[in-house]
Amino acid sequence: MKKPFLTAAAVVLGAIVAIGVFSWLRPRQMGEEASDSIKVGMLLGFTGPLESLVPPMADSADLAFAEVSASGQLLDGKRIKTVRADSTCTDTGAATAAAERLITADKVALILGADCSGVTIAVANNVTIPKGIALVSPSATSPALSTIEDNGLFFRTSPSDARQGKVLADVVKERGHNSVAVTYTNNDYGKGLSESFATAFTELGGTVAINTAHEDGKGDYSAEVAELAEAGGELLLVIGYVDQGGIGIVRAALDTGAFEIFGLPDAMYNQVLLDKVLADGNDLTGSFGTVPGSDSAGAAAFVDIATAAGLDGEGAFTGESYDAAALIALAMQKGGAPTSEAVVENMLAVANAPGEKIFPGELAKGLQILAAGGEVDYVGATNLELVGPGEAAGSYREYEVQGGEFKTIGFR
Amino acid sequence: MGTAKHGQLSQGGKPALGQARFKGWRVVLLVGLPLLLIMVVSLARQEDGATNLLNALVRLANFVVIPGATYGAQLALGALGVTLIYGVMRFADFAHGDTMAFGAMGVILTTRLLQHLGISAGHLPTALLALPFGILATIGLALIIDRSIYRFYRQQRAAPLIFVIASIGVMFVTNGLVRLIIGPGDQHFADGTRFIIRAQDFREMTGLAEGLTLRTTQVITLVVAVVVVLILFHILNRTAMGKAMRAYADNEDLALLSGINPERVALWTWVIAAILATIAGTLYGLDKSFKPFTYFQLLLPIFASAIVGGVGQPLGAIAGGFVVAFSEVALTYPYKTILRYLGFETDGLVQFLSTDYKFAVSFIILVVVLLWRPRGLFRGRIL
Repeated sequence: MKKPFLTAAAVVLGAIVAIGVFSWLRPRQMGEEASDSIKVGMLLGFTGPLESLVPPMADSADLAFAEVSASGQLLDGKRIKTVRADSTCTDTGAATAAAERLITADKVALILGADCSGVTIAVANNVTIPKGIALVSPSATSPALSTIEDNGLFFRTSPSDARQGKVLADVVKERGHNSVAVTYTNNDYGKGLSESFATAFTELGGTVAINTAHEDGKGDYSAEVAELAEAGGELLLVIGYVDQGGIGIVRAALDTGAFEIFGLPDAMYNQVLLDKVLADGNDLTGSFGTVPGSDSAGAAAFVDIATAAGLDGEGAFTGESYDAAALIALAMQKGGAPTSEAVVENMLAVANAPGEKIFPGELAKGLQILAAGGEVDYVGATNLELVGPGEAAGSYREYEVQGGEFKTIGFR
Repeated sequence: MGTAKHGQLSQGGKPALGQARFKGWRVVLLVGLPLLLIMVVSLARQEDGATNLLNALVRLANFVVIPGATYGAQLALGALGVTLIYGVMRFADFAHGDTMAFGAMGVILTTRLLQHLGISAGHLPTALLALPFGILATIGLALIIDRSIYRFYRQQRAAPLIFVIASIGVMFVTNGLVRLIIGPGDQHFADGTRFIIRAQDFREMTGLAEGLTLRTTQVITLVVAVVVVLILFHILNRTAMGKAMRAYADNEDLALLSGINPERVALWTWVIAAILATIAGTLYGLDKSFKPFTYFQLLLPIFASAIVGGVGQPLGAIAGGFVVAFSEVALTYPYKTILRYLGFETDGLVQFLSTDYKFAVSFIILVVVLLWRPRGLFRGRIL
């Protein structure tokens, strides 16, 4: 009787001592780590329908963080370390779980992301807003994100699609088209953009022949294309993803000769699309679209530093990603602390006038000015101006496909 | 087929199709007569009726007939495999869709190797050269699975339901295997000349407003399907092994008593099923796109095809494949423009079902057939 009791007592005692030692050690370890590096979560769709667009976006954001860390100016020489997590772009359950993990296990100060509107809304509502963590998205463009109750915690460096819809409608109309067939990917992004486009285009006197959703991930889109062709329309506006249904629709439509000209918004702007279409023996020449971007001096500066780092500075949302990362660092510097609160309070102040204009590659200068108590107006790669509920006012690049290349037509 | 054999046994020397009691001509009349009537009316009503009629026909061919026939041939080849396994082994093989994916994967990997070596088939897709290697790999997989799993249950003389459940397990394993090897993403492996007729060229050639597209893969699908079906029927009807398979399917005990080796029958059934699956999978992947998940989804229309035709009926599987394919395409196609050519202006799209319900069509067919004619369109003995 005595021996088992003794053993049990020893085990319990041992456990208590072990836990005590561990809990005494842990905060010290954490403390040491926190003293020289700031963890920022990067929640982007490394797999899923945007997997071709995301790697350059993530690298662009890392470019800004590396610039800040190398300068040694951020909060007396702190470094920013990113923790990457997969938003999957479509699976809200996986995205919220990933965000939860970033905050509770990795203890990130805030999250840069997410990329697609649907998962961004889910992450904001279920994780970051309840936990009081800032969420800065480079590419979630749904109009619905302008009106969520975010307690000021949500920002985006891309404009709302309410604006892209108008710009697209202008472009289509000015090119002399009066009736358009629209197909959109069945999610928050597709629905938001297709509605804002349809409203704007109808106001301009155009006709939307059909406005219908397509599901991603099918093997064959010929039935969807037949439906769109039947409704008529001089061109087909494909609000979809380049790695998913969007490209399936374009290929099937070209194969059957249903449409020859396509309107291609931001998520379709990728070289992969042109390469695959050319490989089919088809040609997208004459198709056009819009992608967030500006012709400011900042855009050129970003292309320069991106090219130097081996990146494509004109890829969709790469500038926005750089800007999101840069704003996070500048806002932390102005707030004097590596926390969500500091970012939330100072985001608009560092992004907008008054202050010294800061372009890509000049982040060290910005940090210095802020450290000295001055003001900055971050211009960045996209001529950034944060308006209303913390989103970019938005300027767009109009492009046209010529052979196997995207050619810039102008800026709006 | 079984029908022919049945015909010889019974006293009346009726033709094979009549023996199958397929009243197809009724359906043809029911659909054909009104269509003919519409055409005649439109010809009479309009001034340039002939051109409009041609335009309507070309549009119908471009969006309904050609895609439907191609898809039908792909489904038919898949359904033939299911029906063969059901006829001989007496269970519904749920793993068939993924066997198709495995076969197509083998072909894709070989195609990549051949392309790397600079070997191509000229105007035809390289995949046709790679087909035999894909078939060998799939036969290997099918035989390994049969030896390690199904043979055990065969020796136990397990109930068909046990086989079905085992095949669901095999489905998940094959599914995982394919994703492990080639990944879950899209694979594009069609090369060679893509078009035989392009829409623009057709318009310029004929002066019609409508274009007609004919892709190389569509023609290949139809030609290969016809050849494969002819060979299959020859094997089943004329060779000793085919006769042994049919005997085994007809009456297992009698076949065993007459000295037919069940293991050899099983072996050849799997070999033929693996060949059919690889060809069907490759044709589907060539014509549309290869993605493991779409093959898993193909299982439903394939089962619907096999059941519509009467499970265990090779002719029925072929007919069923086309019935399902044309139902899917024709029911989700909007007829607005075609009707306009025929002189009937409509406001709506004249579409029976939204394209979102494409998969529901297979379900509807399945339910209707099971309620109304549970043994399928083609009755009579299996195989």
